[in-house]
Amino acid sequence: MHPAKSVIFFTTASGAGYGLLFLLIGGSMLEILPTDFWVLFSGYFLSFLLIVAGLLSSTFHLGHPERAWRALTQWRSSWLSREGVMAIFTFAPTGLYALQALFFPEGQSGLMTLIGLIGLAACALTVYCTAMIYASLKPVHAWANGYVPVGYLLLSLTTGVILLNGLLAVSGFWSGLVAWLATLLLIFSFLWKLAYWRFLDGTKSISTPESATGLGEFGSVRLFEAPHTEANYLMKEMGFRIARKHSAKLRRIVIFAGFVLPFIVISLTFFMSGALAVIFASLAVLSAGVGIAAERWLFFAEARHTVGLYYGAGHA
Amino acid sequence: MTTLPKNPPKKKLGLVIDLDICVGCHACSVNCKEWNSGGHSAPLTDTDPYGADPTGVWFNRIHSFEVDNPVDGGRTVNFPKSCLHCDDAPCVTVCPTGASYKREEDGIVLVNADHCIGCKLCSWACPYGAREYDEDAGVMKKCTLCIDKIYNPNLPEESRVPACVSTCPVGARSFGDLGNPESDVSLLVASRGGYDLMPEQQCRPTNKYLPPRPKKLGGGKTDIQALTPVADTSAGVIARWVDKFLSA
Repeated sequence: MHPAKSVIFFTTASGAGYGLLFLLIGGSMLEILPTDFWVLFSGYFLSFLLIVAGLLSSTFHLGHPERAWRALTQWRSSWLSREGVMAIFTFAPTGLYALQALFFPEGQSGLMTLIGLIGLAACALTVYCTAMIYASLKPVHAWANGYVPVGYLLLSLTTGVILLNGLLAVSGFWSGLVAWLATLLLIFSFLWKLAYWRFLDGTKSISTPESATGLGEFGSVRLFEAPHTEANYLMKEMGFRIARKHSAKLRRIVIFAGFVLPFIVISLTFFMSGALAVIFASLAVLSAGVGIAAERWLFFAEARHTVGLYYGAGHA
Repeated sequence: MTTLPKNPPKKKLGLVIDLDICVGCHACSVNCKEWNSGGHSAPLTDTDPYGADPTGVWFNRIHSFEVDNPVDGGRTVNFPKSCLHCDDAPCVTVCPTGASYKREEDGIVLVNADHCIGCKLCSWACPYGAREYDEDAGVMKKCTLCIDKIYNPNLPEESRVPACVSTCPVGARSFGDLGNPESDVSLLVASRGGYDLMPEQQCRPTNKYLPPRPKKLGGGKTDIQALTPVADTSAGVIARWVDKFLSA
């Protein structure tokens, strides 16, 4: 599948934004975060900025961005529509909770706890909807499986906690608990990614050139002539393929930049303080940003669509 | 509405494509392009049509496949493919705007170009590659089953069939109601063992394909005989003629 830059930026940025928002609200409710106004303000500001930037970028690849509001109407059948509705709904409880946490930190009432809980669920559901857009597409074997929603939720929380750790370190409120949570989530995400690749390398779509043409009973089927001499939309959009050696190299980049380096530098912050800890926590943010963007790029580039079977692919 | 019709369409208009007859001449896709360039989803934009890298929207594309079989020598099969107007059309349910819909009255799947936002998700959801995005118009396009032709009262009765069907020089394409088991197309499908493409994708396509008929093997006169070599080109014209004459 063709990796569109706007969609990669959207899922990476808004995923991290929702993860950070989830941790800020959850952390406040459990009273494990500093109550300093500027720390919380920068946290909420950053998370909403990432979410809004991501949502806006996702409209850039539309043919008619001015009609985007129509995408909110078909939530009964479409995961893309559900994602749009959830993304907009999520602003209400999380925004209310953020205002309360920033301006009335003393008045933690039962109602605010309820609003906070709704906000937490809304963040998770929005990310789940994003994942289900892909996981519901049966023709793409690499996507239509249980690994995908788990991975989106896990990576959203992991990138969120790396951001939170960076934010706390920069503002002088470094928290051992958050750093510990970051390393733990990095391990889980890393193991999940390895499991996903293992699944991907050992499996193929049940559809074949034989089932695509229905000619299997006559022998093995291969493309003789494509319909046209030039590439068409289907081949550019669905037939995007990446050379195996690049795929292996990119996987190593994802492993190193996305998981190993952030894990090492965040672990090291346990043993240091001052400027060095700030630099290391920030390095984790930058490295994870590069690594997860590469991960998202591969998520598209490595996915094969059944339409390839009509254009010479041996499997899908 | 992007949910599928509440009452599944009783009438299911669609195509039956005979892979035994199709000669791969591309006339159906050319006439499709011609009719639809002025039809319901017009235009079918081409970019760089006379340049080095032409590309554009087509609703119907003709593939050719080789089928390897050491026993019967295999065969080449010409394979036209357009929208299959599925009963469980995933392109309809994924649409976030309601632009992609299935008609309750005849099962035809269409795109409302005034509501389409051009997110391309429907083309990802279709396992068959039936939908093509129009970069210029910014909306998705697809086979309309010539909705503006099959119901057109200004045309003579016999012309009210899709452009691909009316133009096929060998009669490899049939059009009709596949929801009615007594219709000509349904009887044709039943008698020839018509089948669905990729049934495992569970889209329940309306269009059916008829398989190539079995080869006639073992008939004495159809046995392939190896050519016997004649005098090679270094021999003179007369020598070669004599060799050919005596070899006959």
